[in-house]
Amino acid sequence: MLRLPRFRLLEPRSYGEAAQLLAENGAGALDRSRGTPTLRVMLVAGGTDLFPNMKRRQFTPELLISLARVRDASGIQRNGHLDISAGTTLSAIAQDPGIRERSTALAEAAEVVSTPQLRNMGTIGGNICLDTRCNWYDQSLFWRTAEGFCMKTNPDVVCRVATSSPRCLAVASADTVPALLVLGATVHFEDAEGGRDVPLADLYQEDGIQPMALRQDEVLTDVTLPEADGWRSTYLKMRDRGSFDFPIAAVAAAVRWDGAKVSEARIAITALGSRPQLVADAARPLVGTSLDDVTIALAAEAVHKAARPMDNTSGTISQRKRAALVFTERALRSLRPA
Amino acid sequence: MSEFSVIGRRLPKVNSWAHLTGQARYADDLFLPRMLYGRLLRSTRPHARIRRVDTSRALAHPGVVAVVTGADMPEKMGIMPSTQDETALAVDRVRYVGEPVAAVAAFDEDTAFDALSLIQIDYEDLEPIFTIEEALEREDVKIHDEAKRANVFKEVHLSFGDLEGGFGAADHLRDDWFFFERNTHAPIESHSAVASYGPDDKLTLWTATQVPHYLHRELEKVLGLPRSRIRVIATPNGGAFGGKSDPFGHEFAAALLSMRTRRPVKITLDREEVFYAHRGRHPVKMRIRTGVKKDGEITAVHYQSWLDGGAYASYGIATTYYTGALLTVTYRIPAYKFDGVRVYTNKPPCGPKRGHGTTQPRYGFECQIDKIAEDLDLDPLEYRKKILQPANSRTVNDLRITSMGLGECLDALQRSTRYSERRGQLGTGKGIGLAGSAYISGAGLPIYWNEMPHSGAEIRIDRGGGVTVMCGTSEIGQGSDNMLASVAAEALGVMPADVHVVSGDTSLAPVDLGSYSSRVTFMAGNAVRDAAMKLRALLVAAAAEKLEVPAERLLTAYGRIYDRDDPAKFITFADAAVLAESKHGTLVAAGSYKPPKGIGGSFKGAGVGPTPAYSYQAAVAEVTVDMDTGMVTVDKVTTAHDCGRALNPANVEGQVEGSAYMGYGEIIGEEQVFRGGLHKKPSLLDYKIPTSLDTPVLEAIVVESVDAEGPFGAKEAGEGPLNPVIPAIANAVYDAIGVRFDETPITAEKILTALGKRDRRGERKTRIGPDGLDAGKADPKRALRRLTASTDARERKRPVS
Repeated sequence: MLRLPRFRLLEPRSYGEAAQLLAENGAGALDRSRGTPTLRVMLVAGGTDLFPNMKRRQFTPELLISLARVRDASGIQRNGHLDISAGTTLSAIAQDPGIRERSTALAEAAEVVSTPQLRNMGTIGGNICLDTRCNWYDQSLFWRTAEGFCMKTNPDVVCRVATSSPRCLAVASADTVPALLVLGATVHFEDAEGGRDVPLADLYQEDGIQPMALRQDEVLTDVTLPEADGWRSTYLKMRDRGSFDFPIAAVAAAVRWDGAKVSEARIAITALGSRPQLVADAARPLVGTSLDDVTIALAAEAVHKAARPMDNTSGTISQRKRAALVFTERALRSLRPA
Repeated sequence: MSEFSVIGRRLPKVNSWAHLTGQARYADDLFLPRMLYGRLLRSTRPHARIRRVDTSRALAHPGVVAVVTGADMPEKMGIMPSTQDETALAVDRVRYVGEPVAAVAAFDEDTAFDALSLIQIDYEDLEPIFTIEEALEREDVKIHDEAKRANVFKEVHLSFGDLEGGFGAADHLRDDWFFFERNTHAPIESHSAVASYGPDDKLTLWTATQVPHYLHRELEKVLGLPRSRIRVIATPNGGAFGGKSDPFGHEFAAALLSMRTRRPVKITLDREEVFYAHRGRHPVKMRIRTGVKKDGEITAVHYQSWLDGGAYASYGIATTYYTGALLTVTYRIPAYKFDGVRVYTNKPPCGPKRGHGTTQPRYGFECQIDKIAEDLDLDPLEYRKKILQPANSRTVNDLRITSMGLGECLDALQRSTRYSERRGQLGTGKGIGLAGSAYISGAGLPIYWNEMPHSGAEIRIDRGGGVTVMCGTSEIGQGSDNMLASVAAEALGVMPADVHVVSGDTSLAPVDLGSYSSRVTFMAGNAVRDAAMKLRALLVAAAAEKLEVPAERLLTAYGRIYDRDDPAKFITFADAAVLAESKHGTLVAAGSYKPPKGIGGSFKGAGVGPTPAYSYQAAVAEVTVDMDTGMVTVDKVTTAHDCGRALNPANVEGQVEGSAYMGYGEIIGEEQVFRGGLHKKPSLLDYKIPTSLDTPVLEAIVVESVDAEGPFGAKEAGEGPLNPVIPAIANAVYDAIGVRFDETPITAEKILTALGKRDRRGERKTRIGPDGLDAGKADPKRALRRLTASTDARERKRPVS
């Protein structure tokens, strides 16, 4: 079987200590000595994505800082808002009655990540920080050697997806992120000096190599969602199989009802570009309506326009673009009052 | 009450407890003292000459004990003696990405892995060939120098009956082109072998193989070690499906590394390597012309197939013949012509996968039968029943048919699914489809010519009444060990749990040719029964003397030999064994089985197709198509299967359901796509084998035709049930959305294309499939040039500046 490369493992007991270790061990420094650029030190939470990637030598950090033993790293608290610790497993989120009831999109998204086994290990923090994916990148060292590498692992090579692309086109693939986006999530980071809050919508950028505006010495510690009074939300995911697969097109939608009219709306997509994104043009026409078919069609059209899938996942471009449109319609229809 | 005490009962498999508790010992579970770990270096080029291999740096790497390359084992090998074109490791040329080139043995796996990168190979790239069309025409590029015409591996032409007359007499002619995409077995267990060359100069190889006997022969040839000094032990296979029935590079490499180091060496492939080892379903382009009378009676069939064989022969010669051989055994065909061509391409070699070579033509033919029924306004189920090949008959290509339960299968399906009433009535997006099929219960001939038995078995009874069955079969999860135990137990009158089975060991068990072509139940079952009946006679004679009852009145069951007329009068099996051994000496008997003569014709190519008995099966699939996203859901597959007699109904149903699952995967999601010769998705994440959540509701109906020659009437159940599922789903999709799928797999993209929803232009199609040409207007070569399956364009690598 594929074996993990050698690495050292540190297990701090607090996020502060983890941030300290990142800073001390040269977080952010790129090591190009082994043929593929790799960070000297990386964080690992559940490890469900990181370890397979390491086995395939997509990166080979010398040092891993595990967050598994950080005290109070998991848990869901409510005090005027919903606070989810980054180490909370996807299973715990999917099963939480409060989240299922009031932040439905998040529970639905957590429930369709990979397989039950991986959801028991995988964390919300890990999912938020999931590496972008591409079928030229998520391959073994042997495969990539045969292909001749790509921009994401070797700066001297073009992007294999679109050879004239100035940037890496790897795909954002985290299920929970569009759900968190439509629920208005804020994420909290700590570093050796202190901490900062970032609206989740500002975290991502359209770059497959550097998909997050994030310093390498920061540790994601919490996700906060505002109270969901009057909101209804849902998440729909297209994938080839009923289990195991990453999304190849996904839509999250949330609307806030004020009587029979929508007073606020958010729609977010993922797996249709290098970053998950809120589609403001899709949400805007919904406000003030009762989600009639014509309005929904307008929103779906806007999502269709915003979706920019490339030929680097399963499925095809046209199929995935169409799924974005269809799933937007279906999601919004399901959010009409019963 | 049944006449049997074991046969026909849903007894637990004798080895299921070990599998359920994780105690079954697969090859990779073996750890021997001083064992080294091996890994293979594989080609990164689709087609290249090897100029030089430098292993010195790898050998100098700390922890590396030995390195071997192709030059150490240059002897040609391969499963079919007449077409041996492989070497254990590539010698001077590589022909696909992933072909093994060198092997390293080290103290641990990590070191072996690291050492691979220290082996320097100097390649000179050659132009690769990726498509059937190129392979047929490129005389200037030869993947194998031995190929006479371009890159044609094998070309066959067979004709039976009056074809011209048949087509002339037809009222209606159909001419359809089909394409069946390449897919693979994907067993849960990856291939693994442990070799140990001991101080006695003997080699033992534990390996996950379906064919220990054939491997035994090839080891002798390649290693230059007499077979008398080699012992092959087939470990329980964690799934095989045809993918472990070739001799593989890692088996020879482990053996040679062990001979060089005099230490045990284990090589276990990782998942990606299993995709390169392949030997899976051939991509086949097909043209089927069928003439019928107004009432549907078939007057003639002309079937043509073009197979993309990949880089080596494997079973290719048999596969080629199988695409044409078995179309005749289901429905009456008075005139039949078959043309088949298999070509080499620079991709991992294709070979046998469950249904070996018959799955692709059966898919095309059953889709065509559905079209003919529609053209003639006939109910597809009633139509098939009307044209059945009769039991105890001979086909136009001289195949002997004995028991034939396809009619009963169709009746059972109609009762269970109400197919005829529901077809066309389920509304848009919902459909129901039907198909029939047949398969062999073991190939009529061995792969190397000989007059010896196809299967041998030995049974020993110990002084405590214990029964040990020894047979060279390989347990691949299909239940062969349980079958051996059940047949012996029934014949002797004990329970399967009392039987010890020693299988797949070339030293301890007589030869069985292997677990391929669904031959084990029929052939090994008969061999075991033969041996058991000899011992039974001794035991019964001894009991008769003791009980003073005529032997004819004695029955054996539940560990007793008893008087039929007075069951209270009995002796135990163990007591009978003591009496018999006292009288006759050690209680050992051998049995064997060889198919009868005259089950096939005598023309060249007649060796593929005959079998002592054909299994028959039919399936009904029910589907839902999401008209907006193009996603297809298969709601239910009902399969009726004529297995002769179900030795263990639970095991038969398991095989039928497993086949349905696998067939479902082949048409709904699985496909092997290459780009520049590099497999695009060599992982279980990217290769879309269905999960349990995707699997339709499966219903298996056992039909028993009780074959006169099968052990207790049994025929095969492991492969045939896959075949009808694929065309049944295609026909169901047609019923749902009015689109014929003349190519596999049926993807969302193709559905959207057909529905006119792929883009804004909105052109609808009634058929998705390869382009053919008008009947009879040009020669097949021109036809082929115009035949562009949707897969061809993407096989070419995009230039990267």
